[in-house]
Amino acid sequence: MITFSGVHKWFKSLHVLNDINLHVLPGEVLVVCGPSGSGKSTLIRTVNQLEPISSGTLIVDGKDLADKNTDINKLRAEVGFVFQQFNLYPHLSVISNITLAPIKIRSTPKAEAEEQAMQLLTRVGLAEKRDAYPLQLSGGQQQRVAIARALAMKPRIMLFDEPTSALDPEMIGEVLAVMKDLALTGMTMVVVTHEMGFAREVAHRVAFMAEGIILEEATPEEFFLRPQHPRAQQFLRQLLTPMQM
Amino acid sequence: MEPLLDFSVISDNFTYFMIGRFPHGPLGGVGLTLYLAVVSCILSFFGGLLLALLSISRFSIVRYPALAFINLVRGMPLLMVIFWMYFLMPALLGKVAENTTVIMALTLFTSAYMSRIVIAGIEGIPKGQTEAAVSTGLTSWQVMLYIILPQGLRNMIPSFVNQFVSLIKDTSLAFIVGVSELTHVATQINNRTMAFPTEIFIFIAVVYFILCYAFTTLSRWLEGRLTWSKAM
Ligand SMILES: Nc1ncnc2c1ncn2[C@@H]1O[C@H](COP(=O)(O)OP(=O)(O)O)[C@@H](O)[C@H]1O
Ligand SMILES: [Mg+2]
Repeated sequence: MITFSGVHKWFKSLHVLNDINLHVLPGEVLVVCGPSGSGKSTLIRTVNQLEPISSGTLIVDGKDLADKNTDINKLRAEVGFVFQQFNLYPHLSVISNITLAPIKIRSTPKAEAEEQAMQLLTRVGLAEKRDAYPLQLSGGQQQRVAIARALAMKPRIMLFDEPTSALDPEMIGEVLAVMKDLALTGMTMVVVTHEMGFAREVAHRVAFMAEGIILEEATPEEFFLRPQHPRAQQFLRQLLTPMQM
Repeated sequence: MEPLLDFSVISDNFTYFMIGRFPHGPLGGVGLTLYLAVVSCILSFFGGLLLALLSISRFSIVRYPALAFINLVRGMPLLMVIFWMYFLMPALLGKVAENTTVIMALTLFTSAYMSRIVIAGIEGIPKGQTEAAVSTGLTSWQVMLYIILPQGLRNMIPSFVNQFVSLIKDTSLAFIVGVSELTHVATQINNRTMAFPTEIFIFIAVVYFILCYAFTTLSRWLEGRLTWSKAM
């Protein structure tokens, strides 16, 4: 579904992705973790070309991103992206946030788009907020609307960049629950997160990154019980100690 | 003994100061000043929007001429643009009414400044908005139309009002090509009566001040009302 082969990315002289080789299967949930600044965001942002890669090959849903014939807007419509900062449109109501893309891109009739949006809002538990504006919602609610907005294009892949990092602790659960439900429907997901409970429970595979390199790739059990790389061991110790897991 | 100032020249000519010979003749005075300012403001809003979009275009073939035009006009005195139009327009288009000439000059001039406001407004919208929108598959034009401009224009309203206030003052330069706006009316009455220049020019200073102050106050009030969209 997503294949990185020898992918590099530089920001000027900064080598942010260093020889990434990664394969995500259809229906798979991949969790990416690693210290801050290690290139996790850059990695998933390359998948829908929010960041272009510098070299190597990246194939998403069978399409080579470097190929001139790949319609990048069409590809992006097939890939949902959920941001740390939600990025809802503050001037549009919740329902319009969700229906905008289906109406403008897929030419879905308004009534039909709204009906689908209501189904999605029900799924994320926010049906009664259809006419609210984003700034009237809590962070957790905004993020759930953002997930519904991404799902409205019926994507085949969903990318999450630290979706709960900007949330108050009591709101993290509601967002993770929505993501877990989504994983159970068989959605292909790449999730950058430090929520190790989520990784253990939902992920099929965990990739550990540091300084632009994927140092370790393993099943959650292996990764949490027997991390191989010293950097991964250190990372897990730091993450787990304060939380007494 | 004569009083120091005699404002009877104002009260005697008050209607003429306000609307010129209107409705029996052409509009003049404060009425024409506002008319010139409003029409030029509306036109230069669209001019500024167009220039802004061209100057941030991906295509250098439209971007460079737009940027060159903006910088050229911003480096010129308005009076020169008015003269320019005054002599150029008849040469290009034949006989053109003076009001039209002045509106064209003000529009050309103000569009360049408006474009800077629009560009700043567009750049003021957080990058995350564009990223979220393109991630759903919207094209860059759709993002501009449905996401960036609706938010950006709202933030620009106070700057637009300030630009309008500048326009009210700028219209006074139209007197030089014989357009009978407030300043021109004042010089006319001054030339006719000869005796009251201080009174006349104190009066029009107060009128300009009241007009500008009213709109500046409006702009402050709008700024207070519109802060919501900056919360995100
Ligand atoms: N647009 C950019 N321009 C220059 N440097 C960037 C840009 N985005 C990220 N970086 C740098 O790339 C590195 C990796 O960033 P990022 O992918 O955001 O890491 P992570 O998500 O793991 O914290 C960091 O050093 C960051 O400062
Ligand atoms: Mg990040």
